Amino acid sequence: MLSELKPAILITFVFTLLTGILYPLAITGAAQALFHAKANGSLIERNGKVIGSALIGQNFAKPEYFHPRPSAAGNGYDAANSGGTNLGPTNSALADRLTKDAVAFRADNAFSGAIPADAITTSASGLDPEVSPATAYAQVGRVAAARKISPDAVRAIVSAHIESRDLGFLGEPRVNVLKLNLALDGKALDGK
Amino acid sequence: MTINGWLQITFFIVLVALCAKPLGTFMAIVMEGRRNFLSPVLGPLERLLYRLCGVKLDATGQPEDQNWTRYAAALLAFSGFSALLLYAMQRLQIWLPFNPRAFSQNNVSPDLAFNTSVSFVSNTNWQSYVPETTLSYFVQMAGLTVHNFLSAAAGLGVAVAMVRGFSRHSASGIGNFWADLTRATIYILMPLSIISALFLCSQGVIQNLNQYTAAHTLEGTTQLIAQGPVASQEAIKMLGTNGGGFFNANSAHPFENPTPLTNMFQTFLIFLIPGALTYTFGKMVRDTRQGWALFATMTLLWFGGVLAAYHFEQKGTPMLAKAGIETSATLNETAGSQAGGNMEGKETRFGIADSALFATVTTDASCGAINSWHDSYTPLGGLVPLFNIELGEVVFGGVGSGLYGMLMFAILAVFIAGLMVGRTPEYLGKKIEQKEVKMAMLAMLVLAASVLFFAAGSAVADFAKAGYWNPPGPAAANINNPGAHGFSEILYAYASATGNNGSAFAGLNANTPWYNMTLGIAMLAGRFLMLLPLLAIAGSLAAKKQIPVSAGTFPTHGPLFVGLLAGVVIIVGALTYFPALSLGPIVEHLMQ
Repeated sequence: MLSELKPAILITFVFTLLTGILYPLAITGAAQALFHAKANGSLIERNGKVIGSALIGQNFAKPEYFHPRPSAAGNGYDAANSGGTNLGPTNSALADRLTKDAVAFRADNAFSGAIPADAITTSASGLDPEVSPATAYAQVGRVAAARKISPDAVRAIVSAHIESRDLGFLGEPRVNVLKLNLALDGKALDGK
Repeated sequence: MTINGWLQITFFIVLVALCAKPLGTFMAIVMEGRRNFLSPVLGPLERLLYRLCGVKLDATGQPEDQNWTRYAAALLAFSGFSALLLYAMQRLQIWLPFNPRAFSQNNVSPDLAFNTSVSFVSNTNWQSYVPETTLSYFVQMAGLTVHNFLSAAAGLGVAVAMVRGFSRHSASGIGNFWADLTRATIYILMPLSIISALFLCSQGVIQNLNQYTAAHTLEGTTQLIAQGPVASQEAIKMLGTNGGGFFNANSAHPFENPTPLTNMFQTFLIFLIPGALTYTFGKMVRDTRQGWALFATMTLLWFGGVLAAYHFEQKGTPMLAKAGIETSATLNETAGSQAGGNMEGKETRFGIADSALFATVTTDASCGAINSWHDSYTPLGGLVPLFNIELGEVVFGGVGSGLYGMLMFAILAVFIAGLMVGRTPEYLGKKIEQKEVKMAMLAMLVLAASVLFFAAGSAVADFAKAGYWNPPGPAAANINNPGAHGFSEILYAYASATGNNGSAFAGLNANTPWYNMTLGIAMLAGRFLMLLPLLAIAGSLAAKKQIPVSAGTFPTHGPLFVGLLAGVVIIVGALTYFPALSLGPIVEHLMQ
């Protein structure tokens, strides 16, 4: 084993340089040159200030905004502390939370049907930027009332923001909550 | 379950099958040290690396052949030293460069640094910590990314060494570890990672060395957004079946896995090399039907898992139904589509089908990346990843480890077939005798003992007084969910560590010295106490003569063998773990 120690030590250092320094720095250089905005987090700016990322959910609680899914990242949408609840399927803490949130969801949105599966469940990352079209539509009445505009107008904005499945068959249709709320505020995304 | 879901699942496996032959052929050429289309560029680099690192060459200028003990010694020397270096990096991170966030004011604690170091060197990538609040960019790159490459390359080397045991005859050597490690890294893992990383960047995966970004949200609060060199690690994390996320949420984090397209790509990367290795195997033993037989067995076992996981996750739980949640999928987009099922701990863009597929694939292989939290799965949906790991991760499996694990089961399968007909078993023209069967059984028993012994130990261990090892009270108090599910969390942790998977029922608080140390030991046992007996088998087989195929030879390329092999895998797994599983997920299912 001792005769193999010299190559073991040397190869560790050489490959640390190759795969741990050169490789990530080369990819960083290439990504910054080729995909600058995406490599830096798909940030959205308004009036020169970063207001968030198109990929990272943020919290909305006011009635005039569409609300995202509940979040378990930090105290909610903490983008430096991602995570889920890890509550199990028979845990009474989960049952209590779901029951409470179901009542609140129905009351907030004057909603009576079956609740969309994503609406009151927490996401895996705690930073899910999107909700299902069903969850977005369920909130149309509340948002329209808070903004004193017609539900049809709000519904049209939601419809325009549904992203279909990738390549027509991958994943699920979805609505990006931040982009939707920005569109509601009537302020265009400036370039980013 | 939806037609669209099954379309994605079918698309996935067809893609894996289509890549098996071209990549498998290429890997066979590379690992046999023959010239390939990358040789003009990488050949000089390969020779330079041998010179720099003092790798001994034989008279023809090739790295000299090693017998199995020297091969194993090289592997152990390399793993040991690189684990020490990674430990040191974590303990010293505040004095090292690329530490842009003040969180890394702290060096990593000794037990956590040990756990993480062992975890990455053994290709487990279990994470007891929250990466974005614990590790500097330097440790993530120069420490973790490096081992994402090298632990996969080492696994690939061992698998190829084992195949050489079958393909050579009357030979003393099984290859050269340094050559296998170098070739696997620079010809196979590195080019594929570069392409994959750039593709991921083009879809929104981040790659920078920036400070964390402070965003001013629409509702007037501040959101601190983590950044980092993610794509470069993400690519090799999936390709090398490593699974250690740059972020805590792993492949559920939108910066690691932003779209359903990147998700399909990442799922595909997990099976890409293990799938192709079955063809490499066939190529090296000069009978590609043998490789396809393993591929078929693996596909069969994979399908069972994905079917069960998808079914139970879409069905949901009584708890969800009681809260008034719609558990069947709504398909009409304009009327308001939604995924239905159990969406707790799952991302909107992936829905049920992509989450269930990912959970199955990541535990079939020894990857352990997650795009949904297995802890929040339905009892039987969560049983699938747990059982997959307990089967030994031989369903495609980890890079290299899947193939050598499946070959271990193949040895047992021909042994059992031999017992049934009363003939000395043979596999690929080699007699399977006492030594091979003993070693295969030893490897298997070590895994089972580690999982069950440690899980039982943690379930009953009690730390009466406040102390270093764990907060006062039972070690089982570190669970996040009461009752049977809590036991599943502990069982899953030790299965995942021993199997070198790295995924978790992550509610368990495993970042205490007790769990960090015992899980670290389980990872070491699962990796090295399995590797050594298998290398011994390789050495013993290589020395044997090749016996010609006769009328009495049991054919190992037909459906009969596929059925037998799948049966052996399932039966061994079920008999070993059924009692433990019935105390966890099964009783939970009955109680809900």
